[in-house]
Amino acid sequence: MNIKRKMILTILAIVTVTSITATQNIKPVEAFSQQVIQQGAVGEDVIELQARLQYLGFYNGKIDGVFGWGTYWALRNFQYEFGLDIDGLAGSTTKQKLQKASQYDQQFIKQQLNAGNDFTYYGGTPKENQVKQGKNQGNQQNQKQQNQKQQQQQQPKQQPKQQPTQDEGANNEAAETDNSPPQPTAVNVPNGFSQNDIQLMANAVYGEARGEPHEGKVAVAAVILNRVESPTFPNTVSGVIFEPRAFTAVADGQIWLTPDDAARRAVLDALNGWDPTGEAIYYFNPDTATSGWIWGRPQIKRIGKHVFCM
Amino acid sequence: MVRWLLIAVLAVGVTATGIWGYQEHQEKNAILVQAENNYQRSFHDLSYHMDLLHDKIGTTLAMNTKEQLSPQLIEIWRLTSEAHSDVGQLPLALLPFNKTEEFLSEIGKFSYRTAVRDLENDPLSDEDIDTLKSLYEQSADIEKELRKVQHIVLEENLRWMDVQLALATNDQQADNTIIDGFETVEKTVSGYSEGNFGPSLTGTSKENHDYKYLNGEKVTKDEAIKEAKEMFGVKDETEITIAESGDGAIVPVYSASYRNDEKNGYMDISQQGGHPLSLMVNRDVAEPKISLNEAMEQALDYLEEKGFDNMEIFQSSQYDNVGVFNFLYRQDNIRIYPDSIQVKVALDNGDILGFSSKDFFRNHQERTINEPELTNEDAKGKVNPNVEIQDEHVAVIENDLGEEVLTYAFFGTLGNDTYRIFIDANTGVEVKVEKLQGAENKFEESA
Repeated sequence: MNIKRKMILTILAIVTVTSITATQNIKPVEAFSQQVIQQGAVGEDVIELQARLQYLGFYNGKIDGVFGWGTYWALRNFQYEFGLDIDGLAGSTTKQKLQKASQYDQQFIKQQLNAGNDFTYYGGTPKENQVKQGKNQGNQQNQKQQNQKQQQQQQPKQQPKQQPTQDEGANNEAAETDNSPPQPTAVNVPNGFSQNDIQLMANAVYGEARGEPHEGKVAVAAVILNRVESPTFPNTVSGVIFEPRAFTAVADGQIWLTPDDAARRAVLDALNGWDPTGEAIYYFNPDTATSGWIWGRPQIKRIGKHVFCM
Repeated sequence: MVRWLLIAVLAVGVTATGIWGYQEHQEKNAILVQAENNYQRSFHDLSYHMDLLHDKIGTTLAMNTKEQLSPQLIEIWRLTSEAHSDVGQLPLALLPFNKTEEFLSEIGKFSYRTAVRDLENDPLSDEDIDTLKSLYEQSADIEKELRKVQHIVLEENLRWMDVQLALATNDQQADNTIIDGFETVEKTVSGYSEGNFGPSLTGTSKENHDYKYLNGEKVTKDEAIKEAKEMFGVKDETEITIAESGDGAIVPVYSASYRNDEKNGYMDISQQGGHPLSLMVNRDVAEPKISLNEAMEQALDYLEEKGFDNMEIFQSSQYDNVGVFNFLYRQDNIRIYPDSIQVKVALDNGDILGFSSKDFFRNHQERTINEPELTNEDAKGKVNPNVEIQDEHVAVIENDLGEEVLTYAFFGTLGNDTYRIFIDANTGVEVKVEKLQGAENKFEESA
């Protein structure tokens, strides 16, 4: 009996100890991964980089997880001030210096990013003063406000890594259970084009060439872009796509099918400079083409089912 | 008998009506699609023109000389009129959309008046600059809201014809996102600026420089196949499909392709000299394992291996699981913007997935570059004093006429936006002012 009791007690003790250590381990000390971060990169390392640079007052843009020009200048200025090589790359020395000089409260940043809040992360200013309620809060607003109150109470500690942030995470929809890194809130887009332009082109490419190989899809996207450049066609992507009688997929409504990822990838390739057509501005399917005129155009090549011409 | 006759006549009548009705239905649908497409075009054009407008106003803020300012203001004026006509074609007659239209006409008036006045004697005053700044902010808000509506329209396949019906029947019950969205656009007064849209600045040109540098003997099909295998990095027995280009091609090429279970490849090789002009490999790319920086090193190694020396990175971007890099040729420390090469690298294992040297071969030549007449300091004096210069180098770029000019390039910031300003190294003229864009905010994922 006694022995049994002791055993149960010891087991209980062990369980408690392990669970305590476990809860402490849930929040490891967050730091950069090994990679050298360079302009154009996307991801949590970039979020940390931006947050740390903002903490020190070098970076004034949004913390969005995309290493753009603003981040680049901020990093260079940081390197200049701290006497490092000014190369705009976050390598190991730069990252070490940054880590020493600044703080990074992963949970706080993740929470703001997930909530879509407008926020900044300057050091020396209480964090709760740097948050503006975001737009995609909707009916969760009450919850969020509670969250923030909670946070205000915990703020004075100023030791971000020891905050029992788990509790807050619990009633915050996306940040639950969570050791997952914060996600970037922005994406790279090719120069001069928006995500909507890409989407619209992906629609057109999917409608026109969904059965084609990758190069055939890139080719159709390239033709759209070549037309935008050409003086004889409209000067906008939407103008070219919706030009009456220009694309059959538009005329018969197939453009409104939901495009797959392959179409989107093909559009990105075309926007980034790939053009397998040799600058064609027309193409047709020789099996179904009804107009004799199109056969008279000087042909460049055939890709998949389509013949591309000038 | 009569009864049968009657039935027959009726049957014929019913069938005929059916056919007629079906045809009518088809025609109606065709016209509906047609009308819908027109609305869609106006809408997307409007959004595009607002993007462009926002950007051009931003660029104006970074400009300094009247040679650049006047054409730019005229461009803004033209864009406002286009955007205005786009609004006019949308079925918004019943919607209060006048604030946006007011904004458009205000900015049109301002840009016109400023463009026609003699900026030499009467340069932009501080007030003008303030006006421009506030217009810049307003256009950012409108752009942002419009993009949001555009995103919803694309995401949910909304139809303008439905809007029109909803407006016509005054059906308030229906949850009409387009109408709601436009009302927000209208209500938007303040917000933060989202710097985005840049003009095309990949350094590429559409001017034909005739591929002067494509030298060497004409290669045969077999040689092309051999080279393709090497470029694709496939085994000897892989079957390569090869085709010659037709009469329409600007440069005669061989197009080689192969296909196996995981991937397929496609490339163009010039018949003259057998130079690779473009290469695409398509396969599923898994989660990134290497950094963008390592991928760039891979790309550089690849270029060197293929005999492209003196290439320098000029732009790098990560798109999901691939990295896309843009390299420029460098001659005596001068960046040659027209000679660019693009390389695409898979971030899961560092494979080269794409390569495009079209611009390089079209423009490349050994150039004789004379000493510039102006010093760096002279040129810096020509830059708008509000721009804080962060970086600079010497570059050869193409001007609006497609001629190559030697310039000083200055990278500078104004607020949170970055601009690239090219000053002619001999005449001091502002050749080009560009706003560099980086990223665009994601629209909220269906949370």
